[in-house]
Amino acid sequence: MDPMQAIKVTFFQECEEQLGELETGLLAMQEGSVDDETVNAVFRAVHSIKGGAGAFKLDRLVKFAHVFETTLDKIRNGALAPANAVMKTMLRAADVLADLVTVSREGGAFDDTRSNELIAELNAHCDEKAAVKEAHPEEEGDNNPFAALGWEPVSLSLEPEINEYLIVFRPKPELYAKGNETTRLMRELSRLGALTVHCEIADVPLLANFEPEQSYLSWRATLRSHQDIAAVQAVFEFVDGDCHLDIEPVEASEAHAEPVAEVAPEAAPEAVEEPKAAASVPREAAKAEAGGQGNATQNTIRVDLDRVDRLINLVGELVINQAMLTQRVLEAGAVKNASIATGLDDLEHLTREIQESVMAIRAQPVRPLFQRMSRIVREIADATGKNVRLKTEGEGAEVDRTVIERLADPLTHMIRNAVDHGLERPDARIAAGKPAQGEVRLSAAHKSGRVVIEIADDGRGIDRPRVKAIAIKKGLIAPDAQLTDGEIDNLLFMPGFSTAETVSNISGRGVGMDVVKRSIQALGGRIAITSKLGHGSTFSLSLPLTLAVLDGMVVRVADQTLVVPLNSILETMKPKPGEVYGLGPDTQVIGIRGGFTPLIDVGYALGFRTHRADPMSGVTLLIETEGGVRSALMVDAIQDQRQVVIKSLESNYGHVEGIAAATILGDGRIALILDTDAIVHSSSGRNSPSDMLLAG
Amino acid sequence: MADMELKASGAREYITFRIGAQYYCIDIMSVREIRGWTPATQLPRAPGFVRGVINLRGVVLPIIDLADRLGFDPTEPTARHVIIVAQTGRQVVGLLVDAVSDIINMPAEKVQPTPDVGSEAARAFVLGVMAIDDRMISLIALESVMPTLAGEAA
Repeated sequence: MDPMQAIKVTFFQECEEQLGELETGLLAMQEGSVDDETVNAVFRAVHSIKGGAGAFKLDRLVKFAHVFETTLDKIRNGALAPANAVMKTMLRAADVLADLVTVSREGGAFDDTRSNELIAELNAHCDEKAAVKEAHPEEEGDNNPFAALGWEPVSLSLEPEINEYLIVFRPKPELYAKGNETTRLMRELSRLGALTVHCEIADVPLLANFEPEQSYLSWRATLRSHQDIAAVQAVFEFVDGDCHLDIEPVEASEAHAEPVAEVAPEAAPEAVEEPKAAASVPREAAKAEAGGQGNATQNTIRVDLDRVDRLINLVGELVINQAMLTQRVLEAGAVKNASIATGLDDLEHLTREIQESVMAIRAQPVRPLFQRMSRIVREIADATGKNVRLKTEGEGAEVDRTVIERLADPLTHMIRNAVDHGLERPDARIAAGKPAQGEVRLSAAHKSGRVVIEIADDGRGIDRPRVKAIAIKKGLIAPDAQLTDGEIDNLLFMPGFSTAETVSNISGRGVGMDVVKRSIQALGGRIAITSKLGHGSTFSLSLPLTLAVLDGMVVRVADQTLVVPLNSILETMKPKPGEVYGLGPDTQVIGIRGGFTPLIDVGYALGFRTHRADPMSGVTLLIETEGGVRSALMVDAIQDQRQVVIKSLESNYGHVEGIAAATILGDGRIALILDTDAIVHSSSGRNSPSDMLLAG
Repeated sequence: MADMELKASGAREYITFRIGAQYYCIDIMSVREIRGWTPATQLPRAPGFVRGVINLRGVVLPIIDLADRLGFDPTEPTARHVIIVAQTGRQVVGLLVDAVSDIINMPAEKVQPTPDVGSEAARAFVLGVMAIDDRMISLIALESVMPTLAGEAA
């Protein structure tokens, strides 16, 4: 790849991040947090995109970002109040900016009318309050965006007050005694801005007089930062009283010298612009690093995903190999030797740790995914004329990258459904005694080794009689079918089901919830609905954190070795005579502490044997499915409990009902991983809509 | 489509193998390796011709009993049976055959269309036939013998 191309790729990657920041910031502003830090972050994001775009001569992007930036600047310096209408425009502008970035990256047509509309809108907002503060020269210009292009935004007002502080820091011995470290404090300081540190060593005595526990060093630091003095003081919060500290702001005139100087070439015509825009990239980068947010400056590197995946595969092989080695050693009887046994244990721990660390590389917060959803909500709300607020929770929850990627489409669809079908129109809401603004809540949380994502709306809820009527009309169920509420809800997941009476172009495009369900299942996830008429519906997705490993119980069934995911097993037990009862011609239940639970012979359910085995001859695993249903799975014997590497069956073969995936055991042979929910569903024959279809 | 490719590129190499008393071949370019039979893990609810899956250096490899697939009696695999690891597109499978016999070089025009026979399996799975010495060798349509990928259908 030629270097320019490589830089361009990096630019677009950074654009994605900046767009994320932008969205987060704007949403926070809409929620009312209009502190400097948020506004600055938003401004920085747009500015960085503009700067980079200028370097690559992406004129349309520059033009739009520029107008956007101008409006943001007005908000930043208080000339424009971030009222609701303004923020709405801003959010839509962010969407257009994102589209422009996509078009610039991938090519393709872009409808200029939308961007021009927004440019006009943004300019209108700018003009509204133009007279409030001191007049900026650019405000005298007309609304023509091309005219606005003629100047650079690096005006004095763009550089917010850069404060300069002189910090004299002299630790007392107590500071060290309490385990504080001066390096850390200086590092913290350097996060606030450009820092120059000078260490005073004049006080260090000759070695003969040197007291090892005394404190002799002191530091003089000069910090240039956007932050106010309180932020600087906060750095030293924990050493308060254990040091002599002197923080003095240096006069502003000096600090402002640089930006003022930059205003000078402004008069030059467009010709100067490109190099300047390019030059603004590193400057901006430096600012982003030095600027406001301490947490924004995490040390990261960009790594090609293929390399990470290769590493993960190799570690997977390592885990298998380690298991094989252990088994071989056991077989050889060498385990009596204590040092070999310890060595093997250590190896296992190490392998596991390596694996966890490698997995952590692929884990990413769901935040970017959720951010995309807020855009979807905006678009749908506009298209349907509904007033919707998206509330997100738990965006920090980390999930495997692949899960996130493959979740985007189903989630989009569900969010669309929630707004289009779930929420009522504002007048209907008011009539029902609800606030006019509907709420869609999107949340993520880690629960017992899985991530649970919920999409909840406070809309009308599922109208079950209507759902049932539609299903009957479409011939999906028999007219006289008796269904429980849960079963009716599950009808929504049937292929060909769509409750929208008029097929809008938002939802109801032919792909329905059945596609959503299938894509969630393909990820090893489950989907469940709870709904209360008049109060809304909640769809909850439960997904594995990683697609790579799971803790499992290795069991034996009809001469086959199977792995049962440990997280679904509640307890294991050996049935006693008199505990197993027949119920109907072909089903058995087991009595557990006074209750009765369906007993499923795994070997029979999977077709490994044609007749049920004697329950007394096996072991039962009490499991709980995603929906909270308990069942007892009967297997022949429990062999082991271990972490297994998940291998896809789909890539070379396809999905097997009742089997979640495959794995490789210590003897090098493949064992299948049981999909407990599917086994329970297919054995009960009722909960699964596809079985219902057959019954009807 | 595959036979158009054949015509365009002239001579091709084929790997020939035996199933019972009949000879078959596949394009050598789709063969990744040849290995001996190892017991496979049975898959529930799989069609009869799918013998199960084996571990091929960390990859889950489905094994197709080619005899069963072509309508013969299922193979009783022994250590002397052979698995031809073949790839079409991104799908890799192992073909269980009785024995691998030869590598032949055959110009595309020597591949004759499959004679119109009654066997449905032959029509579906044989792309063409060729004559070598006193034998007839049938060219297997690899795409058709593969089990359908559930993921692709979705």
